[in-house]
Amino acid sequence: MRFVDEFRDPKLAKTLIERLHQRAALLPFTAEKPMQIMEVCGGHTHAIFKFGLDKLLPPQLEFIHGPGCPVCVLPMGRIDACCEIAAHPGVIFCTFGDALRVPGKHGSLLQAREQGADVRVVYSPLDVLKLARENPASQVVFFALGFETTLPVTAVTLQQARHERLTNFSIFCQHISLMPTLRSLLSQEDVRIDAFLAPGHVSMVTGTAPYHFINKEFGKPLVISGFEPLDMLQSVLMLVEQVCEASCKTENQYRRVVPEEGNLLAQKAMREVFALAGSSEWRGLGVIEASGISLTPAYASFDAEQRFNPQTQPVADDPRSRCGEVLTGRCKPHECPLFGSGCTPHNAFGALMVSSEGACAAWYQYRHQETAVADNPQRQNVQQKVSQDE
Amino acid sequence: MSDRQQVVTMAHGSGGRAMQQMIEQMFLRAFDNPWLNEREDGARLSLAGLSARGDRLAFTTDSYVIDPIFFPGGNIGKLAVCGTANDLAVSGATPAYLSCGFILEEGLALDDLQKIVSAMAQTAKDAGIAIVTGDTKVVQRGAADKIFINTAGIGVIPTAVNWAAGTIKVGDKVIVSGTLGDHGAAILNLRENLGMELGVESDCAVLAPMIAPLRSLAGVHALRDATRGGVNAILHEFSAASGFGISIDETTLPVKPAVRGICELLGLEPINFANEGKIVAVVSAQAEEKVLSLLRNSPLGADAVTIGEVTLNPQVCLRGALGVSRQLMLPHTEPLPRIC
Repeated sequence: MRFVDEFRDPKLAKTLIERLHQRAALLPFTAEKPMQIMEVCGGHTHAIFKFGLDKLLPPQLEFIHGPGCPVCVLPMGRIDACCEIAAHPGVIFCTFGDALRVPGKHGSLLQAREQGADVRVVYSPLDVLKLARENPASQVVFFALGFETTLPVTAVTLQQARHERLTNFSIFCQHISLMPTLRSLLSQEDVRIDAFLAPGHVSMVTGTAPYHFINKEFGKPLVISGFEPLDMLQSVLMLVEQVCEASCKTENQYRRVVPEEGNLLAQKAMREVFALAGSSEWRGLGVIEASGISLTPAYASFDAEQRFNPQTQPVADDPRSRCGEVLTGRCKPHECPLFGSGCTPHNAFGALMVSSEGACAAWYQYRHQETAVADNPQRQNVQQKVSQDE
Repeated sequence: MSDRQQVVTMAHGSGGRAMQQMIEQMFLRAFDNPWLNEREDGARLSLAGLSARGDRLAFTTDSYVIDPIFFPGGNIGKLAVCGTANDLAVSGATPAYLSCGFILEEGLALDDLQKIVSAMAQTAKDAGIAIVTGDTKVVQRGAADKIFINTAGIGVIPTAVNWAAGTIKVGDKVIVSGTLGDHGAAILNLRENLGMELGVESDCAVLAPMIAPLRSLAGVHALRDATRGGVNAILHEFSAASGFGISIDETTLPVKPAVRGICELLGLEPINFANEGKIVAVVSAQAEEKVLSLLRNSPLGADAVTIGEVTLNPQVCLRGALGVSRQLMLPHTEPLPRIC
């Protein structure tokens, strides 16, 4: 298949891996204290596990899995607010598929649908507009979430809704901006990240300039990477070369998709519709300053929170889960005491198990057998406790 | 005569004249066979006729609730015959008789019902299967989704055939009879209004003619048709029943480019997609080439290929193009597309 197979070529991969092994030997890192490369994006995490890229790296390099899955960082209370809105009579509540199963304290949107709410899966917010036009007697609400990858499409949808003067369409906004999230991550104490793989899809919108603070303020090299195995191996090699050369810059491996200046039209639409406003709480990460995204005054009438006024429901993660530590690279998914028994993809306690792109869900799917429960007596004890609580 | 579309009404389920008319004009006419035409409460089947063809009956049932009811490559009626006939065929049986129960939603267009019944009749006739007894219920609008069909089937297993997952051995080869996920992709594209020009039809087909030549072959250990849950689900069923594992080579999986494309786009895996015209066979290494050859002799098995083998390690594993092997987990539920 064009644009896929050429980026999965085993021979080219072998060449890149050999080169990585050669260059990694020159790094000031060891197998005991490897260079920790954070892949920010859930799509990258998924690719690493799917293709087994972590098993192909030299021992001096290690992937750590970042906070770049928008579903993973959804606070439970926000899901409860969604369910509350969806339960209103006459509401058609639309969501992307992978948010359907995220548990709130009082259940997921899937469970709300089972209880009679009209919850529908959509593939684009533009489909929601169509639903609003076809159902003028209903209030059609879109659960808008995602990083800069999905922000522009929501913005364009809202522009269209405003143009059409639709009065039965609104969004429940849970969008998040990547840069404040990365800044928060790097500002935390005892976080050891040596380099970043930045997400290609977000960068396609933002361009390369917004990442420069990571080099200048925090001294970390960064490469914007595509999602295919060869993209990622090449990006890791570019990071290794930077460290070998003692340089620290933002490089763009994904040039076939990511222009240096990003997508100017998308940026314009986002500026018109959205504004960064105040601090916001994110699951597993806590409160991040200047990370909340709200609608600008011209679009405030499309805000579902203003229209339906759901109760604010702050819900803390289970204190036994170590989501935040996994997100910041302080521990591996299987080192969490809940992993694999108390917390599984079909009974997720923690943030990173709820989406297929989450680090814990990926680890569960691809590595679970390698990290059996029996090897960890501490985890067994906690799992017994969880079972009793259930 | 009104221009209004003729639809199923509650009267069609009343047991009265409307129901009798529908049974006579639609079902009896389409399914026409001596057993059904007797119009008794149960079909009376000759034991002698059955026992002449083997020493065991295979008996199975399945219900069909698919949305949409019409799709490229078939409709719910064709599916209801193929699915049950295939469950019999992979047991080693020759499918012989089907029953058919309809649950119809008030308001279903009679034209649509006629198309569905005609497809069932044609599919059964082509496969040499008789639909010998049936039942019709009508429920109020909203109590069902257009049409649900249940079919039960009886087939006869020849004396020498003993296919079962319990006979699988380490070193056996795992074969699929063709491209994966055609049905799942075609349905997903329609059901979710994805609007893609896939050019892929459902593979919905009665597989008995393709499977029949395998019955005289030594070394065929187990067969399943890979419907919901796809090939992945079948591999896990084989593994659980035999106590052994299965190692699959990802590069050998036959997948049409369009199906692969929709999977890449939505973050889904073709190995989890439903098929309605594909089998997974576990056969001895000695029988592998002969099985492949026999399958490829049939147009239904033209793309048959070996995808892996049975291992002592009791895990289902997938070896990728880069040489890394990973455990293949069974999805907890139907996979949902990712955001980005």
